[in-house]
Amino acid sequence: MRLSETTDSLAGAPPLETLNYLTDGTTVMSWVNTRDHKRVGVMFLAAVLVAFFLGGLFALTLRMKLLQPGPFLMDALSYNRLFTLHGVVMIFLFLIPAIPGAFGNFMVPLMIGARDVAFPRLNLASFYLYLLGAAIAIWGMVHGGADTGWTFYTPYSSTTPTQVLPILLGVFVLGFSSILTGLNFIVTVHTLRAPGLNWMRMPLFVWGIYGTSIIQVLATPVLGITVLIVAVERFAGFGMFDPARGGDPVLYQHMFWFYSHPAVYIMVLPAMGVISETVCTFSRKNPFGYRAIALSSLGIAFVGFFTWGHHLFVAGQSTFDAGAFGLLSMLVGIFTAIKVFNWVGTMYRGAIKFTTPFAYICGFLYFIVFGGMTGIALATTSLDIHWHDTYFVVAHFHFIMVGASVMAFLAALHYWFPKMFGKTYSEGWGLVAAALIILGFNATFVPQFLLGNYGMPRRYYQYPDHFQALNVASTAGSTLLGFGFLIILIYLVIALRWGARCTQNPWGSKGFEWLSASPPPTHNFDEIPTITQMPHDYRTHEPPGVIRVS
Amino acid sequence: MNDFLRRMLFLPEQASTFARDLDRLHFFVILTTFVMSFLVGTTAILFFVRFRRRSETQTTPHIEPPMWLEALFVTIPLSFFLLWFFVGFNEFVRQQTPPADAMDVYVMGKKWMWKFAYPDGPNAINVLRVPAGRNVRLLMTSRDVIHSFYVPEFRIKKDVLPGRYTDQWFNAVAPGRFQILCAEYCGAGHSVMRGEVIVMKPEEYETWLALQKRGALASRQDGSPTEIEGTPALGNLVEQGKRVAAEKGCLKCHSIDGTRHIGPTWLDLYHRRERLTTGAFIDADEAYLTRSMMDPAAEIVDGYQPVMPGYEGKLTAPETSALVEYIKSLQSDAVRTGPSEGPSYAPLRNN
Amino acid sequence: MSHEADALGLPRGILAHHFSSLERQNEAMRLGMWLFLATEILLFAGLFTGYAVYRFQFPLAFQEASRHLNITLGTLNTVVLITSSFSVALSIFYARTDRPRAAALCLVVTLLFALAFLGVKAVEYAEHFHEHALPGKYYAYEAVKVPGAAMFYTLYFLMTGLHGVHVVAGMSVLSWLLWRTLQGRYSSRYYTGLEMGGLYWHLVDLVWIFLYPLLYLI
Repeated sequence: MRLSETTDSLAGAPPLETLNYLTDGTTVMSWVNTRDHKRVGVMFLAAVLVAFFLGGLFALTLRMKLLQPGPFLMDALSYNRLFTLHGVVMIFLFLIPAIPGAFGNFMVPLMIGARDVAFPRLNLASFYLYLLGAAIAIWGMVHGGADTGWTFYTPYSSTTPTQVLPILLGVFVLGFSSILTGLNFIVTVHTLRAPGLNWMRMPLFVWGIYGTSIIQVLATPVLGITVLIVAVERFAGFGMFDPARGGDPVLYQHMFWFYSHPAVYIMVLPAMGVISETVCTFSRKNPFGYRAIALSSLGIAFVGFFTWGHHLFVAGQSTFDAGAFGLLSMLVGIFTAIKVFNWVGTMYRGAIKFTTPFAYICGFLYFIVFGGMTGIALATTSLDIHWHDTYFVVAHFHFIMVGASVMAFLAALHYWFPKMFGKTYSEGWGLVAAALIILGFNATFVPQFLLGNYGMPRRYYQYPDHFQALNVASTAGSTLLGFGFLIILIYLVIALRWGARCTQNPWGSKGFEWLSASPPPTHNFDEIPTITQMPHDYRTHEPPGVIRVS
Repeated sequence: MNDFLRRMLFLPEQASTFARDLDRLHFFVILTTFVMSFLVGTTAILFFVRFRRRSETQTTPHIEPPMWLEALFVTIPLSFFLLWFFVGFNEFVRQQTPPADAMDVYVMGKKWMWKFAYPDGPNAINVLRVPAGRNVRLLMTSRDVIHSFYVPEFRIKKDVLPGRYTDQWFNAVAPGRFQILCAEYCGAGHSVMRGEVIVMKPEEYETWLALQKRGALASRQDGSPTEIEGTPALGNLVEQGKRVAAEKGCLKCHSIDGTRHIGPTWLDLYHRRERLTTGAFIDADEAYLTRSMMDPAAEIVDGYQPVMPGYEGKLTAPETSALVEYIKSLQSDAVRTGPSEGPSYAPLRNN
Repeated sequence: MSHEADALGLPRGILAHHFSSLERQNEAMRLGMWLFLATEILLFAGLFTGYAVYRFQFPLAFQEASRHLNITLGTLNTVVLITSSFSVALSIFYARTDRPRAAALCLVVTLLFALAFLGVKAVEYAEHFHEHALPGKYYAYEAVKVPGAAMFYTLYFLMTGLHGVHVVAGMSVLSWLLWRTLQGRYSSRYYTGLEMGGLYWHLVDLVWIFLYPLLYLI
């Protein structure tokens, strides 16, 4: 075997088990200038968590305002800015980079038996682009903020006097970060798989990330050019989407959703990957229908590109287009359905242990079925006419974005926390927080479905009085949700500092990422493993902490 | 049953002919969704109870699903989804296709109000009066940003776009008052851009219309003040068009009696097939008439000089629709195909 | 520093520690580059879509406005850019046949062509500014008054502008590669870096090959 540069320099240093990627170099520089995919992953994790709490704070403030139908707490302009920021921060700073940036970076090389991602420098650059994009966007927020909503619909976005430009530029830069992350993963998966790890043995999380990366690479540039045109329109009046100059504002919507609908799958495919891994570990069972789960990730990535028009059913698109996009949207739902059935199937004849991550899996399953099927319902064209741009849509996509993606993010955080930091957290508090979150989530968003049915449009600062009761219920739920997240933050910080040292494989998992030490050393493996079996093969029992691979 | 489910799901009253059919699909879809999530959730719980981990060294068998099971996983949801889709799309096509006998109302959205104008009658701000039981088509455009015309009780919604016309039709079943909401975010006043549809008994509507035509109610306009800038005084749209044409100097170049002047005559102009300087033929419909006011040089009729100034920004939307209606009214007897059978034109822009 | 790299006698730092062999690493770099080129094409695709939509909407204006572009300069630029693509390919050929000086010379020639391209483009732009054939609200070109002409110039400036940015980016890449070639980094054993730069330059060229007929010819 070949030794890496790092191990060469370690001759005479402390023994390898005690020196992991966290302790191997503790200066600030060793983090800032790291090439280690694990450190980049950890930095991403810290950054997206900050973004998540920021976005969550915005959301809670918005919900507080909505306690009252009339003006309350803030004026209309502040409210509009705040929901724009909530959307931009949650989508571009949290959901899109969260699982790929944090857990993808950390786990993918470990799972495929590689020492790093294909382009470690590019990986670090992707993180700094993320920071730069975030900085530009936050600068814009501080200096006035935008009031366009995260969708930046023209001609409103090209005429409003607020600071849209920095937010657009921030989104453009963040897009580049996302492209680089995706590109890196595709190349990594293609070229750095360990010997014996053929495509049909690849862990399902890697399949999820692979599908995500394809979307990131193919869709994000279109968002880039779209926001760039809007930016040019704002500061130079080129009029590409300006009806007064012959432009077509609906063209903007087409171009925007060409990215932003696949972007939903950027947010949810990695989440599905997480569930595929965790459901196997906690059911101690091989994935039921491995091929179906793996290939449906690619199916979603592919079909997801042809459904964007279902955001334009009432926007003056032709009836034929609406039909075509509606029909294609039905197909996307099928791939998700396949996954859901196979996850449930995985539990069949397993050996299920109820843990904090498993609580989130249960939440995820329920939310994705309900959220997904309401999504299909929205795509049935005629029902969308009543629901479009109401709270029904808001509730639907929060079921997917929070109910599925954030639940999976939390499952991943709890499942891989011992892997990443070698510490254990309080299982009791974990379950309390999970219960609070799942309960609070339902209490927040089920009333919003009903509000949508009732006819309350989204992005409403004031609303007719008869919507108040449901709004109050939703706000009450959101405080529960907020408490849940706060508890998680507290016990994880405590665990990080004072948590007990965990064993190498505390869950007894046979996922490939557990082949390395926990936390892994900088070079991941002393010897690159040779893979001779599928992941999560629980037919034989090995003592915890050891996985036989060859 | 219908009413019970409607209340359970917080759906508003069913005040248009669409509402009942749509809600039926709605109930079906939501109920399947409930059943499905319940089944998946319960199966997961059952499996959890049945297959609890009994020891930390437990092993499990390797299970691969048979092909027929995977096929079932695909076909069962797919058949439901397709069923929803075909029922839904059928309804959608109905909603998107205004019947030929519909009466027209022009709608203009601007930050942050709705303006309504009747081809043969008054106009109003924020209050739309329609007769019950009659098909009504709304021809909608926006003066600034995108708005969306939404009446929850009618289950209708359509974006109102600047620079083009969209249409939406409905048939209100019974008299009543319903809120109009703006559903597309349009700035600080988005949430208060509200109006009202007043559905009247047909005979009351006729009386009201007649009164409006006589101008008796001119001083009692619905809603907010009459002095909205650019709103022509109340009265018949055709009358207003006549006035606007005189005020804006249109008649200096266009005749209304068929004589050729600097510009083409307005008599029988509506739906005339005109040859353009480019050689192309065009049907002088509402869209063309509007375009020619805003940007005359764009499509010049063969034989005329591009001398007309553009009226973009000089004519307000109500003035424009008044002018269009005036031009439409100028029909010589020879080509009149019958008594005013209501507008029979196709949607202004076919998408 | 990998042992294998030492054994091959490659310069320091060429084979990264996480790749098992140089072939693997080259394969990764090529795949990465092609993916990156795909994203670049999709970036332009947004503008091509805009072009298609507005050409369909304003066929006359686009025809008319396109006729008022300077075809001679456009053609000249096309020739310049295609030739520069050839010289960059030649430079890779020389590098892999161990003639670094010839390779460097070819890169210099490519850079000069690129400069010439930008120069010609600047002349064209100056002409447009002079005639007020400018995009959107600045449009005041006397010769073409058909509505939609402003949209043509909007797209013209967006497309050629974005392409121009890519030319400049390509030039910086090529300058950096020139520096490395002069250092003797590229030889028959290792020339992937140069090859990647060449690919990028071909893309810049290729985009222009689409822009040229769309804007000048049809």
